[in-house]
Amino acid sequence: MKGKTIKVDYLARVEGEGALYLRIKADRVAAVQFKIFEPPRFFEAFLRGRNSTEAPDITARICGICPIAYQMSSVHAMEDAYGIKVEGPLRALRRLIYCGEWIESHVLHVYMLHAPDFLGYPDAIRMAKDHPEAVERGLKLKKVGNDIVTLLGGREIHPINVRVGGFYRVPARRELEPLAEKLKWARDAALETVRWAATLPFPEFEQDYEFVALRHPDEYPFNEGRLVSNKGLNIPVREYENHFVEEHVEHSNALHSVLKDRGAYHTGPLARYNLNFDRLSPLAQEAARAAGLGPKCLNPFQSIVVRSVETLYACDEALRIIGEYEPPEAPAVPFEPRASTGCGCTEAPRGILYHRYRLDKEGVILDAKIVPPTSQNQKCIESDLWEFVPKYLDLPHAQLQHRCEQLIRNYDPCISCATHFLKLKVDRE
Amino acid sequence: MARARKPKLAVWKFASCDGCQLSLLDCEDELLAVAGAVEIANFPEASSAVVKGPYDLSLVEGSVTTQHDAERIHLVRRASKFLVTIGACATAGGIQALRNFKDVKEFISIVYATPQYISSLNKSTPIADHVLVDFELRGCPVNKYQLVEVLSAFLNGRKPNTPPHSVCVECKQRGTVCVMVARGTPCLGPVTHAGCGAICPAYDRGCYGCFGPMETPNTESLGAQWVQLGVKEPDLVRAFRSFNAYAEAFRKASEAHEG
Repeated sequence: MKGKTIKVDYLARVEGEGALYLRIKADRVAAVQFKIFEPPRFFEAFLRGRNSTEAPDITARICGICPIAYQMSSVHAMEDAYGIKVEGPLRALRRLIYCGEWIESHVLHVYMLHAPDFLGYPDAIRMAKDHPEAVERGLKLKKVGNDIVTLLGGREIHPINVRVGGFYRVPARRELEPLAEKLKWARDAALETVRWAATLPFPEFEQDYEFVALRHPDEYPFNEGRLVSNKGLNIPVREYENHFVEEHVEHSNALHSVLKDRGAYHTGPLARYNLNFDRLSPLAQEAARAAGLGPKCLNPFQSIVVRSVETLYACDEALRIIGEYEPPEAPAVPFEPRASTGCGCTEAPRGILYHRYRLDKEGVILDAKIVPPTSQNQKCIESDLWEFVPKYLDLPHAQLQHRCEQLIRNYDPCISCATHFLKLKVDRE
Repeated sequence: MARARKPKLAVWKFASCDGCQLSLLDCEDELLAVAGAVEIANFPEASSAVVKGPYDLSLVEGSVTTQHDAERIHLVRRASKFLVTIGACATAGGIQALRNFKDVKEFISIVYATPQYISSLNKSTPIADHVLVDFELRGCPVNKYQLVEVLSAFLNGRKPNTPPHSVCVECKQRGTVCVMVARGTPCLGPVTHAGCGAICPAYDRGCYGCFGPMETPNTESLGAQWVQLGVKEPDLVRAFRSFNAYAEAFRKASEAHEG
């Protein structure tokens, strides 16, 4: 067999700088490395010596796409350390702001980053020339997500209103009313998004993943629940580090996270969906079924449909929360600092985000550990490539290369989080 | 005179969270209009199509933290007619400039098990420390309306209208009662550059300085006021040492309280 090399300098439409290296020898994949060379920023180091109350504002800066996720995991970890519980309307408002982030982040990915792959465009702007209705719907829907985050958080990127114990200021009922009107439109638009995404062409590719997500007794998970998998894991968040380990590999500035003794696992929308289908609202379940998805979905390329279903759920849930909202008596639950260790794990748009902090008696951070979803999915991305490439070796180079990029984008990788430039290089020998 | 072609826009990323370039995609109402007025020639986060330089306007996000990036910024400058930095990372080094006050080797060993795999400079530095910058837009993150204003200004050959006064003026414009005077809440608003629209005081908290220092800030007087409100020196150091820690006025203020 004649040796060949494929090189791509960038994988675009991902959040961050990374690279992919593939070596193919005589029709066999010989090496796969998903590299992240996003420059390290050392958050865990400079959090040392900062006050626990600063963590939500500081860790938000890890990611401009999902700052709420960082704020939520950090405040839950601090509240765990201080032994306080945020309940009632404050808890509901946290869920509401998270709905906003899921909508904003999922819609960005579905319409602007991933759909162009399926329809053959370099970006959503060029896609808009032939599909103006879809792109305009996407932009408007994304805006509703941002409107929720802006109202509750003060602004869409790095919101300022989340704090340990609750919020600085909570909205009055009438402030939420205009949001409800927008959300009614958004729910219809999200339903249309599910239908539209289901018509995209999906390559045949199913994997026997170990899915890991939060599971809550009666809710589709955002902030709370046990960590469960489809292969027997069922632990409280506090035991995370007994079951998951981070490995430092030479080709990446992001640590790889694996399940002890088992290896790669899959987190994110597909994992949440497979483990929590029964917790989706009836409307979201019905839309998923009508789109041809069962309660299980093992094809990562269909994650675009699952993201759309989750967007629909988030609109539905946001409307429910607004409908039931009664303002709390105080915007936050008071707490007393104490020497302790606290953990928090919440469902970022891209999957589980774990934080752990050890605090001194004044509430100063002694050490911090943060495990973002993309670093957990890195290994899974690599194993998908190992499986996918041999099946499609007959494709012309340009197409194979495009398929590999698309496969990586199935995970909506956020490389800024994981530590950006995704370069793809395929060597054929 | 009609333009023969659309101006070419490029967006470049250095060490950052992506939030400032995301601000452009968050202009949901203006995005297609902006895309109609320019040729988006290099914006990897949004598009896989790359058009060769030179570019009429480059937006640069992020700070310089690696040797590779210290070299890359010169290539960006050479390929750009105008270079505008967006956000606290690109204008002041960002939150990652907290390393500038410590030993970076220790930082690497805290986060990574195998430090020899990591290459990073000792300091996180703003773009203007490396190349000529035509305009700096502040904020962590930038305000998206200010970003559209900057784009519009450069495309029309005028100066951007981004007032350099303090957040205090924006509180007055918004009709927010002063949180420091009325409630005794420590606030960095009096020394912080305007642009956000004074969000924090409107949400019952003090400004935390994410737009960096205003023109000629009186940090000494504000520090004294904070002390009177009962804020301790180490907390003052931390307050000045956050997202714009390495901006000169805030750096000096934090050092003055370090004692």
